[in-house]
Amino acid sequence: MSFLSLRSVTKSFAENQVCKGIDLEVEKGQMVCLIGASGSGKSTLLRCINLLEPIDEGAILLEGTDIAEPGLDPRPVRERIGIVFQSYNLFPHMSAMENVMLAPRRVHRKTRAQLKAPVEALFARFGLAERMHHYPDQLSGGQQQRVAIIRALAMQPQIMLFDEITSALDPELVGEVLDVLRQLHAEGMTMILATHEMGFARELADKVCFLDAGRILEEGPPEQLFAAPQQERTRAFLSRIL
Amino acid sequence: MTDKAVPSGPTRRALYEARIRRRSALIATLSTALVLAAIIILVPMAPGWEAVKKSFFNGPVLAKTFPGLLNAFLMDVAIFAWCAPLIAVLALVIALCRDVRAPALFPLRLFGALYTDIFRGLPVVLVIYLIGFGVPGLGLPRPWNSPYIWGSLALILIYSAYVAEVIRSGIESIHQSQRAASASLGMSDADTMRFVILPQALRNVVPSNMNLFIALQKDVALLSFIGPVEIFRQAGVYKSLMANFTPYVGAAVIFLALTIPATRYADYLMARQRRRRG
Ligand SMILES: Nc1ncnc2c1ncn2[C@@H]1O[C@H](COP(=O)(O)OP(=O)(O)OP(=O)(O)O)[C@@H](O)[C@H]1O
Ligand SMILES: [Mg+2]
Repeated sequence: MSFLSLRSVTKSFAENQVCKGIDLEVEKGQMVCLIGASGSGKSTLLRCINLLEPIDEGAILLEGTDIAEPGLDPRPVRERIGIVFQSYNLFPHMSAMENVMLAPRRVHRKTRAQLKAPVEALFARFGLAERMHHYPDQLSGGQQQRVAIIRALAMQPQIMLFDEITSALDPELVGEVLDVLRQLHAEGMTMILATHEMGFARELADKVCFLDAGRILEEGPPEQLFAAPQQERTRAFLSRIL
Repeated sequence: MTDKAVPSGPTRRALYEARIRRRSALIATLSTALVLAAIIILVPMAPGWEAVKKSFFNGPVLAKTFPGLLNAFLMDVAIFAWCAPLIAVLALVIALCRDVRAPALFPLRLFGALYTDIFRGLPVVLVIYLIGFGVPGLGLPRPWNSPYIWGSLALILIYSAYVAEVIRSGIESIHQSQRAASASLGMSDADTMRFVILPQALRNVVPSNMNLFIALQKDVALLSFIGPVEIFRQAGVYKSLMANFTPYVGAAVIFLALTIPATRYADYLMARQRRRRG
């Protein structure tokens, strides 16, 4: 039994079927990369896993339990599954520190005093100790994105989803955010990344999945998928992007 | 690149811009002076000017009535002061009613929508008459028959409908991704509203609400129709006593002394907000 497994997940927006039966297995500690053209359904798939979008058919098993069962309260599940968005989505009216503390305070009922030490440790771990009390508009894109990652980590999720978290960044800021992912991977965090950073996927992914029009057309370890893609469409996509 | 020393005086560009500024200021002053002179010279040439001056701009009458007017204006301010916080609270409640998503709470949503539709659809004076004369007509004992209470209630009902709409537009202006980010952390809808959406929404609508509260301060004068002796009513009393309209001009001046700075401040806040978003 995998840590997370998707079984024939489908999802439509009105007439537009965006996920057309997705099967995916993610083992504990794995980094899985989703690649594919714009509009192929990467973001939608991640939002479905985190239950931000309800799925139409299929099952999402987290440690064997179907979390997508209609009628289940999504909130306990979301505590276990962190997500970071392309556009950071920090709360602009709160300092970085307050952004990170809000959910643990409200959801886990912890006090600021209880949270101070662990949260400061998180900021320090990702090189933001000096920026804790800054507001989002006083931070660079790369710093904001790292705060968003810290915010998700502060809920102590078992798995993290990253939706093209470097796409909105200036090229010179991409590295600092990818370093955070390297660090998390080394610490054994389970994660799924939608990404256009093929070099990064090749370097670190345990598995790469090529999404095409709502299906996982091909998947495998990066050395296989990048070096010897089996499908014509995968080859075409890779040759366009590399 | 050569190491030219930074010039100590103003740059050529700064000098040029200063010259342009001086010229614009001169032109503006001249044209304003011309218009003012025309008004000062031409208006008194009108045949009825002497009569108008005597009954609307009468110095002695103004001097005699101004302190009394000012005193009556305190009543306007007091009515405003107890209505404003109640409006703010009621408006917030109505705005939140209109945002609830749970089907069991649909009646709240309906109530919010009906409330704002009805009270924004009626003339203020009409509501003041209906409530201000209607409710005391029930024969309530003192002090519950006071026009101060029911007149204030009319203002509160109407203005909270407008303020609620402004707050709701503020809530809707917060991007969906903020809700998603909050929900993704396991936050409840209520906490998301309270800690993420509302603080941003309320901040965004401060200028619009200021304009509404300025309008409220003016509309307090409408309560004079059902009894309270506030500045408009007091001016009317003076007018009858002295057979002169100058007290109304005095009242207008008192209102403007408050509303112009407040409106300017609201405009300033609005402009600053636009710049921030810009
Ligand atoms: N909330 C929504 N309502 C309607 N259609 C949507 C919604 N979200 C996504 N879609 C549609 O679903 C399809 C897949 O979108 P998605 O954002 O998942 O693609 P993506 O692979 O993440 O693309 P990109 O690389 O551009 O981020 C698109 O056709 C999009 O228009
Ligand atoms: Mg996307």
